[in-house]
Amino acid sequence: MNKRQKIAPVWRVLTLIVLALFVIFVVYPLILILYRSILDPKTNSITMENFTRFFTRKYYTNTLKNSFKVTVVATLIAATLGLLMAYITRQVKIRGTKTLNILIVVSYLSPPFIGAYAWIQLLGRNGIITGFFNKLFGIQLPGIYGFAGIVLVFSLQSFPLVYMYVCGALENLDNSLNEAAESLGASNFQRVTGIILPLILPTVLASSLLVFMRVFSDFGTPMLIGEGYRTFPVVLYNQFMGEVTNDNYFAAALCVIILFITLVFFFLQRWIAQRHSYSMSALKPMQPREVRPLSKALCYLFVYGVVFLGMLPQVTVIITSFLKESTPGMFTNEFSLVNYRTIFSKNPLVIPNTYLFGLCAIVLVVVIGTLISYLSVRKRSVLTSTVDTLTMLPYIIPGSVLGIAFLYAFAKPPLALTGTAAIIIVALTVRRMPYTIRSATAIVGQISPSIEEASISLGASEVRSFGEIMVPMMMPGVIAGAIMSWVTVISELSSSIMLYRASTQTLTVSVYTEVIRDCFGNAAAYSTVLTATSVLSMLLFFKLTGKRSISV
Amino acid sequence: MGVAIEVDNVIKRYGDHTVINGLSLDIKPGEFFTLLGPSGCGKTTLLRMIIGFNTIEGGEIRVDGQVINKIPTNRRNMGMVFQNYAVFPHMNVRDNVAYGLKTRKVDKAERRRRADEMLKMVKIDQYADRMPAQLSGGQQQRVALARAIVIQPDVLLMDEPLSNLDAKLRVEMRNVIKRIQHQVGITTVYVTHDQEEALSVSDRIAVMHDGVIQQIDTPKRIYLRPANEFVAGFIGLTNFLPADNDGGTLDFGCGYRVPVTTLREGAQKAVTVAARPEEITIHPAGEPGIPGEIRSSVFLGTSTHYFVALNAEKEVEVTVPSDLSDTLADGTKVALRILPDKVNIFNRESHTSLIREGV
Ligand SMILES: Nc1ncnc2c1ncn2[C@@H]1O[C@H](COP(=O)(O)OP(=O)(O)O)[C@@H](O)[C@H]1O
Ligand SMILES: [Mg+2]
Repeated sequence: MNKRQKIAPVWRVLTLIVLALFVIFVVYPLILILYRSILDPKTNSITMENFTRFFTRKYYTNTLKNSFKVTVVATLIAATLGLLMAYITRQVKIRGTKTLNILIVVSYLSPPFIGAYAWIQLLGRNGIITGFFNKLFGIQLPGIYGFAGIVLVFSLQSFPLVYMYVCGALENLDNSLNEAAESLGASNFQRVTGIILPLILPTVLASSLLVFMRVFSDFGTPMLIGEGYRTFPVVLYNQFMGEVTNDNYFAAALCVIILFITLVFFFLQRWIAQRHSYSMSALKPMQPREVRPLSKALCYLFVYGVVFLGMLPQVTVIITSFLKESTPGMFTNEFSLVNYRTIFSKNPLVIPNTYLFGLCAIVLVVVIGTLISYLSVRKRSVLTSTVDTLTMLPYIIPGSVLGIAFLYAFAKPPLALTGTAAIIIVALTVRRMPYTIRSATAIVGQISPSIEEASISLGASEVRSFGEIMVPMMMPGVIAGAIMSWVTVISELSSSIMLYRASTQTLTVSVYTEVIRDCFGNAAAYSTVLTATSVLSMLLFFKLTGKRSISV
Repeated sequence: MGVAIEVDNVIKRYGDHTVINGLSLDIKPGEFFTLLGPSGCGKTTLLRMIIGFNTIEGGEIRVDGQVINKIPTNRRNMGMVFQNYAVFPHMNVRDNVAYGLKTRKVDKAERRRRADEMLKMVKIDQYADRMPAQLSGGQQQRVALARAIVIQPDVLLMDEPLSNLDAKLRVEMRNVIKRIQHQVGITTVYVTHDQEEALSVSDRIAVMHDGVIQQIDTPKRIYLRPANEFVAGFIGLTNFLPADNDGGTLDFGCGYRVPVTTLREGAQKAVTVAARPEEITIHPAGEPGIPGEIRSSVFLGTSTHYFVALNAEKEVEVTVPSDLSDTLADGTKVALRILPDKVNIFNRESHTSLIREGV
């Protein structure tokens, strides 16, 4: 390919438009947050007071410590579980892998706080399982709250991410590497630690980082199940949304702190991954094998056990959605559709909103993402590289920070978007963009530049070649990616929760608000609608792509 | 039909790296012109300058006298066939071939008629409705060829179109290309690093090395009368032997002297003789000739190929037409003589040919 050729004016204009959009919707809000974090709330002068206040009070620094503790422990457990799950399902013939895959993705896609709420139903003070043991032994168990509760929820909720990434990496691992090691006399254990682990290490790190950032910045789970165990995002959320203590500038400082932390971890991960990155593509991927009955039994037990635990919250939620509540949180054994009737009559906009916003965001993500990836691969220039880098920014911005930044930036004219559907759609689009661009970039990279040159030599203009040749060739991959984007977008919570109004309420937001209000029945029904949508979308994905696994 | 292409002193730079520095060549109307040279010598770069995918940093390229430097590719009316076929995978064969007609706003019925006609010409009309994925490499390259020609381009450009095919298909396809180029008579620029391919299809060949043209000539003259040692060594198999030119007589030392009639007036003393394996004959040891010893031999059917050691380092290859007499055993001492009017002689310093014009 010929680099640094003059870019046709159309591409330049399109690049500039995209650049402008990202400056308005990513850079500007971030700068605003940075600026506010160093403003004095009373005098509006520049000060480090907000940061000093945070770092000098034990109450606040403790939350940071707590956050690190739960995040590190949960990430380690999630990575171990995900790695083991991926390796076992790749190595050993396990029946129902496809179903397991869907279940694993579903357990990942539900917002973490749903897991928290469901685990309280099961293991909380008045939980079903707690109650069973209490009755059996005549004791009063305290229930799972605080550190243990948070870690439990996050581990089970995040391992799927590591699982999906590692599965992808293992698929690209040529079996001949394995066989070569075996022929050189490596034992099973040596093969795993000496060959397979190092090769998939970058993937493990990259996915662990995602888990880390997700866990570190999630506030719903610790809010529900943390009780006295206060984490950083909880303080952030309370500072910003709380009715009692509402200090915007202090909240901005908290945003900057969390941004700084995610940034550090992002570069740390990049640095490690770059030193251990190998390009792999498998001619002959590893094939699952038959193993001895005992090992097989253990593998089945482990895989099904983990998936069961991961799905348990979902199952609990789905079952309770069909039960009648006697008092809030206490479900009778009576089957009823009352919860569904309530949610459909209460705010009939919720479901249409979810689908509409999701759809709009997907269209935007696909159109802009396809364009950016094409430009940054094929029309490389300082300008397109800048756009490419900018679009990666949201990758490290926690959803709640983005939400807060949007509220700061778009409260007043000329861009008074607060409370509109547009602001939520933009937030969803921005958050999903890095993932879409990365997958679309891979797709463009696989198409030979000469295909496009052939079209140009046949008399088509560059734009026409893009439209008639590149776009149709990219479509299958992009559509597959779009379905996964759709599933993640409709379950987005952390920025929507900051941005919603009654008229722009979505399913995840509704689940959260209902849980907070102790209307568990309604929450369960909302959540079930969400899960059903995800599962159906995923089935569509499998049907369209013929794939057996998924990457998010 | 057919246009003339003049490449006039063109320069190509990638950043600070100059790949082509002032290269010129003239291509005649309707000619099958080949750029031949080792990988990395700049053939693709030059071809892509002609079609317009590469910018031109200096000099100009003219088509029928008109400078095309600034004309965008899609308005140059040149067809191109790519190494990796570049067939559009989401269109069937007919739509692929008709695509260039569509961009030229040819109406639908006419498009179809001309596409089908072209598919017949390259003999894949029975696959018109298939998708490219269902075709073999050779068939896909036929689609690419048809697609490039159907637009009736002024120039047809091909960049190593056969290198992704297996050996047998390569020979078959190069005949197809030659036949069709002959039929339609388009000026064609063909790029290859395969000398046999170049010799078999071209009207004229430009041999390139490090971005510089070494020789432009007919295949026959390129093979028989290479302009310098690089061309002699790159085309076919050549043995280089040092000798002294003693006023028209080559002296190989060791008492072997042979007069030549092809040397130009005033040729230098120190020369290198380039002799192809079939331009050397084997004689019994002791007779006049360069002494050597048979190292090994390979029977190739029509001929037998000998590896003959002249001394510890130097080995030459000689082919002898096969007959029923015994193959010389390894270790046999022999004397080698050259065919004086066939071999090429180069200046040992400048490496350029010392053969006079007209032989
Ligand atoms: N896009 C490019 N950027 C920088 N250098 C290039 C580029 N394309 C080709 N080159 C260099 O130009 C030289 C000639 O390349 P090319 O024309 O592809 O050779 P050929 O086709 O004869 O094998 C090579 O040294 C190659 O590295
Ligand atoms: Mg080339």
